[in-house]
Amino acid sequence: MKTSRWLPLALFVALAALLAAGVWMSRKPDRDVLPSPLIGKPAPEFALPVLHDPQHTVRLADLRGQPFLLNVWGSWCVECRVEHPVLTRFAETKRLRVVGYNWKDEPADALRWLEQFGNPFWLVLADVEGRAAIDWGIYGAPETFLVDGAGIIRWKHVGPLTDAVIADELMPALQQVEAAR
Amino acid sequence: MGFLPELGQVALILALLAACMQALLPMLGAQRGVAALMAVGRPAAYLQLALVGLAFAILTHGFIAQDFSQRYVAENSNSLLPMIYRYTAVWGAHEGSLLLWALILALWTAAVARFSRALPMPVVARVLGVLGVVAVGFLAFLIFTSNPFERLLPAAAEGRDLNPLLQDPGMIIHPPMLYLGYVGFSVPFAFAIAALLEGRVDAQWLRWTRPWTNVAWAFLTVGIALGSWWAYYELGWGGWWFWDPVENASFMPWLAGTALLHSQAVTEKRGSFAGWTLLLAISAFSLSLLGTFLVRSGVLTSVHAFAADPSRGLFVLVFLGIVIGGSLVLYALRAPDNDANAKPFAAGSRETLLLLNNLLLTTACAMVLLGTLYPLLADALELGKISVGPPYFAMMFLLLMAPLVLLLPFGPLTRWQREDMAMPLRMLLPWAALALVLGVATFFLAPQGGWKTAAGIVGATWVAAGTLRFLWSRWTMPGARLTREMWGMTLAHLGIAVFLIGALLDDGLAQQREVAVKPGGSVTLGQHCFVLKGVQHLDGPNYSAERGTVEVLRHCSDPVATLHPEKRSYRGGQVMSEVALDRGFTRDLYVALGEPLGEGAWALRVHVKPFVRWIWAGALLMALGGLVTATDKRFRARWDDGKPQGVRA
Repeated sequence: MKTSRWLPLALFVALAALLAAGVWMSRKPDRDVLPSPLIGKPAPEFALPVLHDPQHTVRLADLRGQPFLLNVWGSWCVECRVEHPVLTRFAETKRLRVVGYNWKDEPADALRWLEQFGNPFWLVLADVEGRAAIDWGIYGAPETFLVDGAGIIRWKHVGPLTDAVIADELMPALQQVEAAR
Repeated sequence: MGFLPELGQVALILALLAACMQALLPMLGAQRGVAALMAVGRPAAYLQLALVGLAFAILTHGFIAQDFSQRYVAENSNSLLPMIYRYTAVWGAHEGSLLLWALILALWTAAVARFSRALPMPVVARVLGVLGVVAVGFLAFLIFTSNPFERLLPAAAEGRDLNPLLQDPGMIIHPPMLYLGYVGFSVPFAFAIAALLEGRVDAQWLRWTRPWTNVAWAFLTVGIALGSWWAYYELGWGGWWFWDPVENASFMPWLAGTALLHSQAVTEKRGSFAGWTLLLAISAFSLSLLGTFLVRSGVLTSVHAFAADPSRGLFVLVFLGIVIGGSLVLYALRAPDNDANAKPFAAGSRETLLLLNNLLLTTACAMVLLGTLYPLLADALELGKISVGPPYFAMMFLLLMAPLVLLLPFGPLTRWQREDMAMPLRMLLPWAALALVLGVATFFLAPQGGWKTAAGIVGATWVAAGTLRFLWSRWTMPGARLTREMWGMTLAHLGIAVFLIGALLDDGLAQQREVAVKPGGSVTLGQHCFVLKGVQHLDGPNYSAERGTVEVLRHCSDPVATLHPEKRSYRGGQVMSEVALDRGFTRDLYVALGEPLGEGAWALRVHVKPFVRWIWAGALLMALGGLVTATDKRFRARWDDGKPQGVRA
C-alpha cells in the first residue's frame, strides 16, 4: 500500500475540520454583525405624517423627554408578522412607548394589517417613500431602535424581535438608559 | 387547490424513497451478481425523475398562482412580480435552488440510465447506485432542513419580493446552467467510484464518460460566464470577476474539470495517469459539492450572501464527509497504479505536456481554494479577521496561467509517446516571433495600457496562431482527417485566445470616472463625451425609478448612443442601480446613475471598457468546443473487445 494514496484523504480531513470550525463559529450570533454607526449618536431629524391621521405631522422633537422604541415594519414584510405577537406582548407591559415606523407601504394596506393583527403601537409614523429611512440607515424590515429621552440612539436590532432579544439585549440597554437619567 | 403543497411534499418524500432504492439495490446486486437487483436501477432513476419533476412543477405552480400560504412563495415573490420572474423565482432562494439541484441530478441520472445500454450491467448498476447516494443526500437535505413546501399560516396577504438583484434575464438561466455543470460532474464521479469498486479502469468505460465530462464542463463554463456577465451589468461596479467566495466556489470545479478533460484523454488513449484521472473525477465533483456547501452554509460571507443557517451547514458537512471522505478512502484502498496499463512515454511527448497542464491547473485550483478558505482559517486560529483580496488571486493566477498559455500550442503539435521537441519548436517559432512583434507594437501604440495590453496581444496571438498552425498541419497531412474531437479542441483553445484579449485589454485600457453632474452638464472620458440630459421619475411594475437620459458623443460632436441608467427602488425596500450599456465589438460604454446630490445634481459613473465582450465570447467558444468534442463519433463506438454487448432493451 502506498502512503501517497492516503494524501488526498488526509487533505480532505484537514479541510473538513476547518469547515466544521467554520460551521461552529457561524453559530455565534455576533459574527459579522456590524455595530450601527448611529449608536450613541443623535437620532436623525424627521417630520413624518401619522398613519392614522395624515394631516398631523410628528417630528423627533415631539417624542423627546422619554425613551421610546422605534419599530420599522411594513404590511408586505413576512418577518414583521413573526415578530408581531412578541412586540404586542412587550407593548402591553407599558414599559416604554413603542412607535411604529411604517416603511414603504400603502397606508390603506398598513391600516388593514393593523386591524387584522392588532395595533400594539403608541403611534405609527408613515414613511411612504422611504426617504427619511435613509437617514436612519434602514435597509430592511423589521428593524428596531431604542432612542433615549435626549434623542440619542442607544440600541438597534436587525430582524424580528424575539423574547430572548428583548430580555437579553433590549432590557439591559433600557436599564442603562434609565440609570443614566 | 389547497392540497398541492402537501402533494409536493409527498412527492419529495417518495422521491427520497426511490433514491434510497436506487442507491441500495443495484449496488447490492452488482456486489452479489444478482441481475434482478441490478435491474432496479433504471426504473428507480426514472421514478425519481418523475417525482422530483412533479414537486418542482407544484412549486412553480405555487409561484404562478401566488399562493402566499407557502412560506417560500410569500418570501420570494409578490403579486406585482412580472410573470416571467414568477417562473424564475422558483430558484431565487435557498430551498428552490436546492430543488433545482435535485431535479437536474435526477435528469442526469435518467440520461445515464437511458444512454448506458452499451455498458455492462454491473457497471450501470454501480454508477446508478452512486448517483442514487448523492440524490439521497440532496433530497434528505431538502426535506429535513430546507422544505420549500412549508406552510405560512395564516397566509400572507401579500408576498415580500424576489431579491431585485435576481429580477434579470441573465439570472433566469445562470443557476440552471451552473447546476447542469456542477451536477454533470457527478457522472464521471460515479464512473470513477464504479471503477474503484470494480477494481479496474477500463478504457472503454472511460471513453463512454468523456462526452459526459465535456458536456458538464461546457455547461459549467456557460454558467460561470453568465454569472460574470450578470455581475458586470447588474452589480453596477463595471468589474466582471471579483474573486468572491461564491465565484471561487464555481471556479474551483471548473479548474479541476478542465484538468480532468485533459487527463481523461490521456488515460483513454494511452492508459497513463489512470489513478490520477480517477482522483480528478472525484475532485471535480467534490469541489462542486464543496461549492454548494460554501454558498449554502453561510460559513463564508460574500457579496452574494445567501441564507445562512448553521444546521444546514452541519448537514451538508456530514454529507460531504460521507461522500468525499468515503470516495477518498476507497481511492486510497483501491486506486490503480498510474502506469499499470500505460504505454511508456519519453520526456518529450504529449503525455508530458498534458501532465504539466494538469499540474498547473490543479495548483491553480488549490491556490483558489486556499485563498477562499484562508479568512476562515485565520478566524479559526484567532489570527483576526482577514480578507484575501483580488491582488493575491490575480497575481497567483497570472503566475500559474502564463506557463500554461506558453505551453498550450505545443500540446496538439507534439506526438504521443516520443517527440523530438525541435519539430514543434520549428513549426511555432515564426508565430512566436509574430506574437512578440505585435506585442511590442501594441506597447508603443497604446502605452497607457502598459504591459498588460501588450501581454494580452502576445498571449492571444501566440495561442491563436499556434492552434491554427495545428489545424493547418492536420489539414495538409496526407491521409489524416480532422475529427470532431480536434475541432472541439481547436475551438476551445481559440476561445482562450479570445478570452485573453478581453481580460487583459480591458484590464489595461479600461477608463472610468465618477462625477457629480447637473442636467445639461457633461463628463469626458477618452474620446467620448457623456451628457446628462435629464432625470425623470418612472414607475415599473414592482418598483419606482429615477431614470437618467445620457447622450454619448464622440469627440463631443457625433452622437454615438443615448443611454438610460436607472436608480430603482423596489417595493421590498431595496434600492438597485440599473446600468445602461452601449454594447460594441471593440468597446462597451457603461453608465451608472448614483445618488442624487442635491440642487438637481446626480452622481454619475461612466466607464469605457475596451474588448470587454470578448471575455464572454471566449468563454462561449470554450463551451462550444466542449460540446463539439462530445459529439465525436469515437465516443459512440460500440463495445469491441469481444465480450458480449449490452443487451438492447
